[in-house]
Amino acid sequence: MPHDHDHDDHPHALLPPEPALRVKALETLLTRKGLVDPAALDAIIDMYENKIGPRNGAHVVARAWSDPIFRAALLEDATSVVSDLGYYGRQGEHMVAVENTDDVHNMVVCTLCSCYPWPLLGIPPGWYKSDAYRARAVREPRKVLADFGVSLPDHTSVRVWDSTAEVRYLVIPQRPAGTEDLNEAALMDLVTRDSMIGTGLAKSP
Amino acid sequence: MTRVHDMGGRFGDGPVLPEPEHHIFDAEWHKRALALTLAAGALGKWNIDTSRHARESLAPKDYARFGYYEKWIAALADLLVKTDVVSRAELVGALPDSRPLVEKALTADAVPTVLAKGGPADRPSDVIQMFQPGAMVLTRHRAENTAVNGGHTRLPSYASGAKGQILRCHGTHVLPDCAAHGLGDCAEPLYAVAFAASELWAHPENPRDQVVLDLWQSYLEPTP
Repeated sequence: MPHDHDHDDHPHALLPPEPALRVKALETLLTRKGLVDPAALDAIIDMYENKIGPRNGAHVVARAWSDPIFRAALLEDATSVVSDLGYYGRQGEHMVAVENTDDVHNMVVCTLCSCYPWPLLGIPPGWYKSDAYRARAVREPRKVLADFGVSLPDHTSVRVWDSTAEVRYLVIPQRPAGTEDLNEAALMDLVTRDSMIGTGLAKSP
Repeated sequence: MTRVHDMGGRFGDGPVLPEPEHHIFDAEWHKRALALTLAAGALGKWNIDTSRHARESLAPKDYARFGYYEKWIAALADLLVKTDVVSRAELVGALPDSRPLVEKALTADAVPTVLAKGGPADRPSDVIQMFQPGAMVLTRHRAENTAVNGGHTRLPSYASGAKGQILRCHGTHVLPDCAAHGLGDCAEPLYAVAFAASELWAHPENPRDQVVLDLWQSYLEPTP
């Protein structure tokens, strides 16, 4: 049987210990070798800082709230529906939308790493990648929700989705009361990032 | 034998600290670490399962003390050496002695296309779907890679040997236990499986609560 050896001489130990210097050293080396173009790094950063973020997901949720046919299609096949809106891409190749109701509250975690639907929500927040969230969300989701100021009734079941494969989950939060007259753009403003991970609720107008 | 990344259900990590939505990066070097990792991935020398396994294979003491992007950079350096893209001498500052893969380097123009293209994990497979939604299944007794000792797997320890119910089949997907070790895609059916909190924990918060995991068919067997 092959064995996946662990060595205590990991090559990364050869880099400088200080994190910013480590990154710089590696970027310099790969640039010298012609394997990385610093302009491409700038372009990647620009995409995730300015173009791909949770407003994409909010657009999907607001439309699902406004359009019953869209909502039904999203719950049936989220990948093709969000692709039609231009939100297909890296870390969002297989999307599933799960809807919160009075009976079920959905919440997403990745206990083994930090899987997250990038094309819809952007780069995951620090807390999503933290040991505390990864360790606790599956065992004590209600205490974690309390850390976000969210309290659910006992009759609502919490369903925690641990993203162990390449399927990425988008939570469709409940539409707040008193929003019947709002259009899609106004509804979008109520959809927070955390409400689409399931650690928050949509805002009230 | 477990690995340090498998932390679901662990006690003692303290509160989760929410952050405002516009807060994306804590430091400039975090941005470079993310971009560098993505750009190096575009060289095509490893897949997502290989890179996850490289992060999980950091020494436990490093995994625990490193921040998120420090793990990424450490695993990237390890992978670059393992795949012979970079030498140990180059890591300590020697001038580059070779320039392989230059033609594969990601250009700025190509970035939007590459990010939009993604890397789907579904593949055709001859493995027949064994379970239908509603079926009860039992997960593998040990959360370990059965082919490679200490190898990559995506069955968390907290959900091993547990009884759950098939919610849906996602189609046939690359099996990380194979793909992380150069053993091919080994695509097989992937399911969303629901577990009652009371099946996983001695003291569930609420008897109505559930945890759902995406699990490959070879992780599962029918309940007796």
